[in-house]
Amino acid sequence: MHELSIACSIVDLVAQAADGRKVRRVTLEIGKLSGVAPDAVAFCFPEVAQGTDAEDASLEIREIDGVARCETCGEEFATPTLLTICSCGALSYQRIRGGELNIKSIEVEEVD
Amino acid sequence: MCATCGCEGDAKTTLLNLQTSVSTAIPPLRQRDDPHEHVHAHGTRHAHAHGHGCDHHTHDHDHHHDGDHSHGVAAPSAHRSTLEIEASILAKNDGLAARNRAWLSGREILALNLVSSPGSGKTMLLERTIAELRGGPPVFVVEGDQATANDGERIRRAGAPVVQINTGAGCHLDAEMVRQAMAELKLSAGALLFIENVGNLVCPALFDLGGRAKVVLFSVTEGEDKTLKYPHMFQAAELILLNKTDLLPHLDFSVEEALANVSRVNPLARTLLVSAKTGEGFGAWLDWIRAQSEDARTTASP
Repeated sequence: MHELSIACSIVDLVAQAADGRKVRRVTLEIGKLSGVAPDAVAFCFPEVAQGTDAEDASLEIREIDGVARCETCGEEFATPTLLTICSCGALSYQRIRGGELNIKSIEVEEVD
Repeated sequence: MCATCGCEGDAKTTLLNLQTSVSTAIPPLRQRDDPHEHVHAHGTRHAHAHGHGCDHHTHDHDHHHDGDHSHGVAAPSAHRSTLEIEASILAKNDGLAARNRAWLSGREILALNLVSSPGSGKTMLLERTIAELRGGPPVFVVEGDQATANDGERIRRAGAPVVQINTGAGCHLDAEMVRQAMAELKLSAGALLFIENVGNLVCPALFDLGGRAKVVLFSVTEGEDKTLKYPHMFQAAELILLNKTDLLPHLDFSVEEALANVSRVNPLARTLLVSAKTGEGFGAWLDWIRAQSEDARTTASP
């Protein structure tokens, strides 16, 4: 259940960036081929965030579809699974999208 | 204490040096409250200590606003702003892993991260590898298991200095655990370091430890489609070892089918058939290690 560690890392990074300000929203990018289950992260996040500046934050997760570029024919193609290969039959490709595991942005309360 | 989070619990991570029999506790990654420098979204760089999150440390910042002060027309006491973070969630572990890698590289040490399901034969592979490499560069081992020092003891008996990490509730090693284990081992320049991860084909795929390559093991008793079932881990492998070939005469396992599945998942990885029990196929495995070790020496950072 590595999503627990992932949720901990998220809260840690968010709290650092918020620097004492109350966090209202956290936006994540999770690639569909990242090996991390968004549902599990969403499940763990509120528990882990409890007692931190992110405890009332809502979590927005943007899932990113997998895309790769074939190293043989140069075509870009969708990779719904880790085993998808180019329709030209070549096995080697560069993964372009789908492996994301990023904190995109956070929304904080600024105190005047 | 976090009641839910696996990164902290009653079962803490401990590190046992089998040379000195000294055991130390490793705080969970998120609790390590060392002062460090980082950049905030607004661009200022500063160093400070902090501890928050899973330890449920509460901040004493006061966010109270009664709204009775005004700034001209309206009187909003707080407004929201968006900070673009654009940071990898795994940045902290990746940074620590990069430091491990640079440290190892500077000392021309080859570190290999060994991963598999529980029971695929990682420890027996290491026992024989240590014996076969006797007389060559010194071999050191970091053993990862949720509990017991059994594997560490086996490695010590096989003749290599070893540190046993027990992750308690944790399902994988992280770069900080490995950093501490490396410090305990007193690694010599030009050495070989094997890091035997916790038996698990899922979680360790995400956590870089700072080694040079991932060696993923599976055995002929686990089915031809193991690589298809756990593509993340097998795609991260530089070398795939199919172990327990001595059992092939007793099984309906098709090596051909297993190898076809391996190339479907990771066409770039090298695959070797070995038996840690009989030593079959060890020549190629040891040659691969020597070539990697040579590579570690010639491409060391200045």
